[in-house]
Amino acid sequence: MPPPDVEAIAEQVFVALADPSRRAILAALGSGGPATATDLAGRLPITRQAIAKHLALLTMAGLVTAEPGERRRVRYRLNSAPIQVAQQFLAALARDWDSRLDALKDHLRRHARGSA
Amino acid sequence: MEAVVAFPDRIERTVELAHPPAAVWAALTTADGLTAWFGQQATIDLRPGGSARMKWDSGHTADIRVERVEAPVVFGFTWHIFGLPEDDPRRTYVEFTLEPTAAGTRLTVVESGFAQLPDDAYRTAYDGNTRGWASELGELADYLDAAA
Repeated sequence: MPPPDVEAIAEQVFVALADPSRRAILAALGSGGPATATDLAGRLPITRQAIAKHLALLTMAGLVTAEPGERRRVRYRLNSAPIQVAQQFLAALARDWDSRLDALKDHLRRHARGSA
Repeated sequence: MEAVVAFPDRIERTVELAHPPAAVWAALTTADGLTAWFGQQATIDLRPGGSARMKWDSGHTADIRVERVEAPVVFGFTWHIFGLPEDDPRRTYVEFTLEPTAAGTRLTVVESGFAQLPDDAYRTAYDGNTRGWASELGELADYLDAAA
């Protein structure tokens, strides 16, 4: 089986998160737990039809998984795995070695002056 | 869709320092040195397999595992990837290399492993999801429309 392409996974996550309605859906699933499309339509200022469309995209991106609920209603559950891949991308940007190395230079300068 | 920019697996920086390797080594590998420029509190057990811990006033803590100690040339450690859950086993590897120069030291830092593959459990779950749903999306849309 070919390994998943981290670049492709991260891209799908960022595309998914670029839309405010999809962020709202993910936030609702994250804070309130698994929910049906109808639950979400009741809680968010988004039409039922738009929610269905967004849930389809989020499912494709692996960000939510559909699971059978009561009375054969599909419930959507947040799946954090793709988010963790995207987070690795952000972590690389956030490491900030430039600032750290500047701090190291300052320290060595002060230290050398102090011991001279 | 073609990827334009590769996922950054590796960060590399080189700086020229006007100080001898011994001074740079002390800054990188002692608690006093690390406290002065890296974290606000630091402890370190300087041997391969030893632990180091860095704390910042923000409350953030970094637990470090020392991997390579070849004074005063190579210092390597692994640490957690910022933002991932505490129990995620993935870590990045940071390696400092010190090279003496006429003016002092050329210091290179390489941090790698940001694009390492997720574990097998993730792979299975992810592939299962996307493959299954790629073919079932039509049915899903129909179902949602019918339920609306």
